[in-house]
Amino acid sequence: MKTLTRAFALIYRAPRLVVARLAVSRKATVGAALLFVLVMMGVLAPVIAPGNPMAVVAGQNLAPSWQHLLGTSGQGNDIFAQVIWGTRNSLGVGFVTGVLIAVVGVAVGLCAAFFGGVIDNLLTLLANVFLVIPGIPLLIVMAAFLPRNNLSIILVLAIAGWATTARIIRSQALSIVRRDYVAAAIVIGERRARVITTEVLPNLSSLIASVFFGAIGYGIGAQAALQFLGLGSITTDSWGSILFWAQNNQALFQGCWWQFVPPGIFLALTCAAISMLNFAIDEITNPRLRTVRQRRPARRERAALARARSRSAGAGEGLDFA
Amino acid sequence: MRYLLTRLGFYLVAIWGSLTINFFLPRLAPGDPAATLMQRMGQMTPAQEQSIAVIYGLNKHVPLFRQYVTYLNQLAHGDLGISIQFFPSTVASVIRAAILWTLFLGGVSLLIGFVVGVSLGVLVAWRRTRPVDSIVTPSTIFLASVPYFWLAMAVVYVFALKLNWFPINHSYNIDVSPSFSFSFLLDILDHAALPVATIVVVSVGNWLITMRSTMIGVLSEDYITMAIAKGLHPLRVALSYGARNALLPVTTSAGIAVGFIVGGALLTEVVFSYAGLGYLLYTSVTSLDYPLIQGLLVIITLGVLGANFIVDMVYVLLDPTVRRP
Repeated sequence: MKTLTRAFALIYRAPRLVVARLAVSRKATVGAALLFVLVMMGVLAPVIAPGNPMAVVAGQNLAPSWQHLLGTSGQGNDIFAQVIWGTRNSLGVGFVTGVLIAVVGVAVGLCAAFFGGVIDNLLTLLANVFLVIPGIPLLIVMAAFLPRNNLSIILVLAIAGWATTARIIRSQALSIVRRDYVAAAIVIGERRARVITTEVLPNLSSLIASVFFGAIGYGIGAQAALQFLGLGSITTDSWGSILFWAQNNQALFQGCWWQFVPPGIFLALTCAAISMLNFAIDEITNPRLRTVRQRRPARRERAALARARSRSAGAGEGLDFA
Repeated sequence: MRYLLTRLGFYLVAIWGSLTINFFLPRLAPGDPAATLMQRMGQMTPAQEQSIAVIYGLNKHVPLFRQYVTYLNQLAHGDLGISIQFFPSTVASVIRAAILWTLFLGGVSLLIGFVVGVSLGVLVAWRRTRPVDSIVTPSTIFLASVPYFWLAMAVVYVFALKLNWFPINHSYNIDVSPSFSFSFLLDILDHAALPVATIVVVSVGNWLITMRSTMIGVLSEDYITMAIAKGLHPLRVALSYGARNALLPVTTSAGIAVGFIVGGALLTEVVFSYAGLGYLLYTSVTSLDYPLIQGLLVIITLGVLGANFIVDMVYVLLDPTVRRP
């Protein structure tokens, strides 16, 4: 029990360090702000667009107007309401998929790295097989055989997507498991569960955050693709299903751009926000990727610097990177 | 050689894995796809019935293992069953008619995307404190986040419907019968322009980001500092010293990228009604043509695995350290 509470304390503290550093990064700030706005959009859907989004409220294929900000669909639904409400399903499915993939991927990756030997070989082989089988066809085929609902979509997305996470976690965990302090913990006689939760896991926290966000992005995009193909539940409102109805309705040929542009933009914004967060986490974990933005010295300073350099170079203490 | 053999072994395991998934899917799926299938098939010759029965495990009295062996044996002989929507054509013949289009679309986009993405990656890594990096990198991240099929829709809307520059859909003008003439070739290129552009635009971002990261890693190596200190031309440092070494890890990720691009090509084909495997997969899903769906998964997986093996061979050529005797 004590082990468990301590593990939780560490897991709780470690991300806070990352969060503190994230706040400094501009990419992270923009990404987080965007994501926050999108989440709020879903949460506040009943306030922003009251009423049932699937209800037929007006004529078909109406262009955007003050009454219907983003026009209406081929069935006469209000697209603005559908996009706002669709946030719930799209982000929700993406989030659950992300959690599922992160849990499975971290568990498999950690086991493979920690136990090594035959277990590692088998798990790695399994992950590599899933990695090399093309994802989208596998998704489509699995979804085609399952009932059309959110649960099967999440399941299918997790089955096709866990391997990437497992592989990333394994390779990083491997380098941690080989460090001296882990060996020391084992030698002291710590139990395995404790070594994993207190020595290995906290050092993986930023990577886990990164794969978690990555999995959410993958989940949102892939769900939209499946729904666009008519493989999801088309009666629930989501960005993918709006696109499905737009395609079914031949929106392109009728010139109804408002039926497919908004959901696509929201999809792209969500995934871009997640990528930006991930990019920032990458830069924090891997300092070599960080772009150091230096103030360009003013002309007079530059001249002075150059003079100083040429002088010091003569004195043999040349390389001055400061 | 030893490296390639291990890889080959791995691909065999992967093929076996995907076939096994394919075998168990219809058997584990809720409901009874097999029974509905038999109802929809209509008239069949006894041989066709036998083939369907094997694929869907209708012979319930036969033990699962026996079914599995028969299934693999049937696949080994190239028998993928009979299509429902194109009844009585075999799945194999339907796929054969579509496969070249996908190879063409995917191959061309892969090549262009790789060259453009890697070159841009070198550029932004080399100039990473300059505006070009802070403009190009975020915008490609954004473009890479755009779903393939959505970009395809937008591209059709703008360039085909509004501007009328390119044809709206299909892989060639249906009014013209295919021939080996120059004008037909132009027609094909004309129809391929928009789909290829779509796939390239989305895939460039991933190449750029991978290349940028590895290139930045390489640029902080001592030999780069040395090369600059020697007074070599910056272009030479960037290309022969930086890019050449950064390209290796990028090639490794090319194998996985092939899978993504195939996926993207499939979705793009759906929007353009392009006569390749993706469009076929889409129509087979909407008409519940299970034998065709499964056959397509087998063929696409085989193709992607083959492409991965080629990437491995290229890797051996590029990196002397894996060439152990």
